[in-house]
Amino acid sequence: MDHVAALLVELGLLFVGLSLLGLAARRLGLSPIPFVLVAALALGEGGVVPLSTAEPFLTASAEIGVVLLLFTLGLEFSATELFAAFRRHAPSGVVDLVLNAPPGFAAGLLLGLPWQGALALAGVTWISSSGIIARLLGDLGRLANRETPAVLSVLVLEDLAMALFLPLLAVALAGAGPMSALGGITLAVGAVLVVLLAAQRLGHRLGRLMTHDDDEQVMLRLVGLTLLVAGLAQSVGASAAVGAFLVGLALPASFADRARAILSPLRDLFAATFFVAFGLATDPGAILPVLPAAVALALVTTATKIATGWFAARRDGVGVPGRLRAGTALVARGEFSIVIAGLAVTSGLPEIGPVATGYVLLLAVTGPVLTRIAEPIGLRLASAPSTR
Amino acid sequence: MPVMDLEETLLPGVGVRYEVRIRTGEVLGIVVQREGGAEISVYDRRDPDRVRDVFRLSPEEADAVAEVLGAPRLTQRFADLSREVPGLRSARFPIAPGSPFDGRTLGDTRARTLTGCSIVALVRDADVVPSPGPEHGLRAGDVLVAIGSASGLEQLDRRLSGQADG
Repeated sequence: MDHVAALLVELGLLFVGLSLLGLAARRLGLSPIPFVLVAALALGEGGVVPLSTAEPFLTASAEIGVVLLLFTLGLEFSATELFAAFRRHAPSGVVDLVLNAPPGFAAGLLLGLPWQGALALAGVTWISSSGIIARLLGDLGRLANRETPAVLSVLVLEDLAMALFLPLLAVALAGAGPMSALGGITLAVGAVLVVLLAAQRLGHRLGRLMTHDDDEQVMLRLVGLTLLVAGLAQSVGASAAVGAFLVGLALPASFADRARAILSPLRDLFAATFFVAFGLATDPGAILPVLPAAVALALVTTATKIATGWFAARRDGVGVPGRLRAGTALVARGEFSIVIAGLAVTSGLPEIGPVATGYVLLLAVTGPVLTRIAEPIGLRLASAPSTR
Repeated sequence: MPVMDLEETLLPGVGVRYEVRIRTGEVLGIVVQREGGAEISVYDRRDPDRVRDVFRLSPEEADAVAEVLGAPRLTQRFADLSREVPGLRSARFPIAPGSPFDGRTLGDTRARTLTGCSIVALVRDADVVPSPGPEHGLRAGDVLVAIGSASGLEQLDRRLSGQADG
């Protein structure tokens, strides 16, 4: 087969495979992310079938995937929602950070990673998967539950924290000293604040600039602007993902719904290639040796996430069963853990890949299962009169 | 309208949740999603933080339910009122595209002066504006709810559709 034919056939087979995996995942009521990771591990380097022709394309489109993932994350929340979450749940966000990042950092150091690698692993264990969890809450019919605002607030705050954490990590991974890392994070905080304030005053102008009757026009303008800002952010050393997040944040809420509808299919396509590329770059043989560490880390951070959700739900005056539901719902880690690990891997720390993969595989599957189990347990607790 | 126990909570990234305590003691949870869909559910008595029996409505279904409970209910209430006062009737008048009042204000219709009818509400899409002022703008697709005498309502109908002038 010539090169083009091989490329098209490989990609075609890949996407058909992803479709089947997605179907199987939905059937089981799970997120497709772990399935895609396992499939990608089975392919490529050290795997069963090499995707040799498609690999350069996948690596490039994976970068676009991360950018679009973060862009739609920025679109997801309006500045009002961020401020509301911050006012009500700032302490929950702090508890989240204090409980969930240190286990990752400690594990990184114990695994013999440099401190930058440990920092990346701290991010991996800290950030829950808002994609998996938001969908899970809808599927389980929990949107109206009283613990749900607390869960969503923790997710919003984590997403905002990502915008500060990614540049910090990018600067640290670039081998800079603590002073320039500090400079990087100051710049990031400043940029986020400026964009949030500007979005409230000038966001509608940006919205008017992007909007058009024709969907194609809107898509081209949005993708163009997002890639441009992401590229500029990357060139000043702040990580492309953050630039994209800020663009999403700056767009006004009135326009965000339309932007989401238009860009979601594109985001799904490129994000899928990102997960595949990450799995491809990870040697499946390297996961087994670090699996005990990943399991231990998963156990510890399951407990710490449950404590986080428990704390956040209790702040909202929710009873014991609801606190249990909130805590277990937050356990799932997914796309953003992979984004953080991917950043470390491409910056020359491939050792993160296997442990992060094992960790996300475990929690992307057990998290949703755990919170389903928590429901009947919580009800039994509720019917025992002494607990409330 | 009696004041009810209605609580509104922001759900970041999802929409808005309303809690309504109804007279039978049950608490309804209504989640209006950003994309236009809605969920209606009842809080569990065993665990008041949790909902059971979730009904999921697509945006179209939510619109249909809103219509069932919204605008016609309002007219129904005026119909009940008009039954109590002999000779008083109520009616709904849609502003058709091409109506002389499309793009003008409510005051321009001079409904009260010329027909003796009162316009008590204006229905636009899912919104109901109770007792709209004379400066309130009208546009095609709006529905006016008016009360008055039978002949006054007939005059108003002719006037709004552009069949009568003056």
